[in-house]
Amino acid sequence: MSKHFGGFAALSEVSLEVAPGERFGLIGPNGSGKTTLINCVSGALRNESGSIVFDGAEISRLPAYQRTRRGIARSFQIPRPFKTMSVLENLVVPLEYVAHRRTLHTADTWDEAMAILRQMGMAEKADSPSNLLSQVELRKLELARAMAARPRLLISDEAMAGLAGNEVDEVLKILFDLNAAGITIIMIEHIMQAVMRFSQRVICLDAGRIICEGAPAEIVKNPDVQKAYLGA
Amino acid sequence: MKFWIGVAVTVALAAGLALSGTNEYFFYAGYVVLQFVVLATAWNILGGYAGYVNFGTAAFFGIGAYTAVVLFKAVGAPLGVQILAAACASGLLGFGTGLLTLRLRGIFFSIATVAVIFIMHTAIVNWRYVGGATGVQLLRPPAMPLFDSYTRMLFVVMAVMAVVGVCIARYIEVSWIGRGLRAIRDSEEAAECSGVPTLKLKLFACTVSGALMGAAGAPLPMYMSFLEPASSFDLNYSVSALAMPMIGGTSHWLGPVIGAILLGSVQQIVTVTISNEINVLVVGVLLVVFVVAAPDGVLGLLRKLKWFHRSSG
Amino acid sequence: MLFGILVGCFYAAVSVGLSVAFGLLDVPHVAHPALMVLGSYCTYLLGLYGWDPIVAGIALMPLFFLLGVAIYRFYYETFEKRGSDAGVRGLAFFFGLAFIVEVGLILAFGVDQRMVEADYIGKSLSLGGYRIPWRLLVAFGVALLLMAALTLYLSRTFTGRAIKAVAQDEPALRLMGANPVRIKQWAFGIATAVTALAGAMLIVVGPVEPSLDRVYIGRTFCVVVLAGLGSMTGTLFAGLILGVSESIVLTLFGASWAPAVAFGLLLVVLGIRPQGLFGR
Repeated sequence: MSKHFGGFAALSEVSLEVAPGERFGLIGPNGSGKTTLINCVSGALRNESGSIVFDGAEISRLPAYQRTRRGIARSFQIPRPFKTMSVLENLVVPLEYVAHRRTLHTADTWDEAMAILRQMGMAEKADSPSNLLSQVELRKLELARAMAARPRLLISDEAMAGLAGNEVDEVLKILFDLNAAGITIIMIEHIMQAVMRFSQRVICLDAGRIICEGAPAEIVKNPDVQKAYLGA
Repeated sequence: MKFWIGVAVTVALAAGLALSGTNEYFFYAGYVVLQFVVLATAWNILGGYAGYVNFGTAAFFGIGAYTAVVLFKAVGAPLGVQILAAACASGLLGFGTGLLTLRLRGIFFSIATVAVIFIMHTAIVNWRYVGGATGVQLLRPPAMPLFDSYTRMLFVVMAVMAVVGVCIARYIEVSWIGRGLRAIRDSEEAAECSGVPTLKLKLFACTVSGALMGAAGAPLPMYMSFLEPASSFDLNYSVSALAMPMIGGTSHWLGPVIGAILLGSVQQIVTVTISNEINVLVVGVLLVVFVVAAPDGVLGLLRKLKWFHRSSG
Repeated sequence: MLFGILVGCFYAAVSVGLSVAFGLLDVPHVAHPALMVLGSYCTYLLGLYGWDPIVAGIALMPLFFLLGVAIYRFYYETFEKRGSDAGVRGLAFFFGLAFIVEVGLILAFGVDQRMVEADYIGKSLSLGGYRIPWRLLVAFGVALLLMAALTLYLSRTFTGRAIKAVAQDEPALRLMGANPVRIKQWAFGIATAVTALAGAMLIVVGPVEPSLDRVYIGRTFCVVVLAGLGSMTGTLFAGLILGVSESIVLTLFGASWAPAVAFGLLLVVLGIRPQGLFGR
């Protein structure tokens, strides 16, 4: 897969490629354009110039829901569960609208949703109202919902922000498992040790531009990256 | 199964009443209450399920009434055809309004629906064929031989329409369509990213909602033997269609029904015993009270008392 | 045509309160025109005691300021804090409020039109072959002053700038130690106070009746959307565009089409360029 962007006020001439099955890290200080980048990829925003190519097909003109149907899923930085639905029902939505769009009458979406919850370790919360979950449960629900859309590319937007150490490990394990199953993952994170452990390749953004690209160990030592984070 | 028994009972009850010797006034008032059941149910499809507040019920209703009148005047169309045509016309209006504004935030859609009322009202006022501002008088055709009066027949027609409306709303509510609409209401962004075609679903809900409102308006000219723009595009329809589901409860099809029966009956009583202005004041006050104090409506209160469980009944 | 410009400026002044309440504070304030009509009726009441409308309007401003603060406080506590469903219910609340105000006015004053008297109402100025009614000029003048005052307030004073800031970046404002809720409350109060004076001008421009708020929903939202949310200068331009368009339609097609102009223009703007002319 490859994605190329051009100018947008928050992103200037950003160009990057992600290979299938890769674990890709995206870092940068607040306001550097990370969320804008994935908003453009997922379709929440339109990029003004340049193009987005996914699996060989140009998708810049497609609305977000069609990109999801093609295999791009994302989780939100601030979790957005479907508040009036139970945890289980939250997962049924993407199952009905993506995975089983054409097979609704034969599929048992509720069973599948349950299976995903078990994978996440949240089976006992299936019937809870989704607005009563703890932070880490909400993050897992975000990922579970993205998973239910059967993506080939999953973008995780600061899924571990504000979590305690063991909770970070829980979420990281989920992401590793997903990648092992063949899903390409782009991870946006501030927690450096998570990025280091997880990513095969890292890009650092600052003020809408890529300032560095390479293996995690190199990126961390890069003086530009350090300057961006500590302020110049 | 319970639902369909309820449907059968309702229709039988309505027909039975109409054929009995009940006071004629009952059917005048009953028609209005049933009409509001349709309007409230229609409103709730977009407003309650998807969360987009339509202020323009009066426009869809009025256009339905005027479509019926035009067909009646032009080709003497029977009531059934009038209703279908009215549904098509208002459905188209709903589709058009939605296409223009459902891409934007909720409040812009709401303001646009107010705009639609004014524009339609102004257009009708300037149309001489339907009598412009003064309106048009009609001669009712004879009622079907079964019924003592035309009003009784309209009562049954409206009862059937209410049942049909509720069936449609219920189907939407429990199906994947309803789930998608609820996802849109809870978090439109997340819904899009979960593969929900938000614009298409919203347009669908808006069109169906508009069509039902138009159908509810179609028998109005026959009911009153008269039609004029000021009362057909009366903002009271908009406020009531909004207040009734808010009072009854917006998440379940039963809510608008309860709200319509409660508020509709109150309106009939107040208008007759006190005045029309106090009636509108009462609607406004009840709307604000419920929106502030009982956001889930009567159904919400019943749920809290465990007398009602959220089911697909 | 000249009427259009004068009236347009008046429309801009009427809409400026909404520009703050909705454009900057994001409150779905569909009851704004209803409050303005309330202001007109209060002016009428004071007029019965011999008060000049402009004086009455200015005197009403503090009262309406408090009213605005109260409404916002109530709205905030009941709706904005709770999030989620708040959008639908907030809208329904203001819609209900508008209705209650309108019906209240009908009950108190009846549906007949009410007028106010003053030296400048009824006389016209002769200027180069045209007769311009003084009341329009007065309204125009007051409107301009009002908008200038508000624009200066928003850009020069500390509270004013805080109001603009809260619209753009609330968290940053919190970090600076300011309380966004109190600022928004203050802003809403000012918006409502401005509306009182606008209401006074409304009854100067012409007779009022309770249902006048309906057509003004169209006019004010048209102006605010056309201008672009949060743009004060845009409001003036948009008001002028609306005023001129209405007078063109009036001349060409007659009075029965005039009310639809604002709404029609609103729909067109929403369809083509929803962020308006100067929008963020």
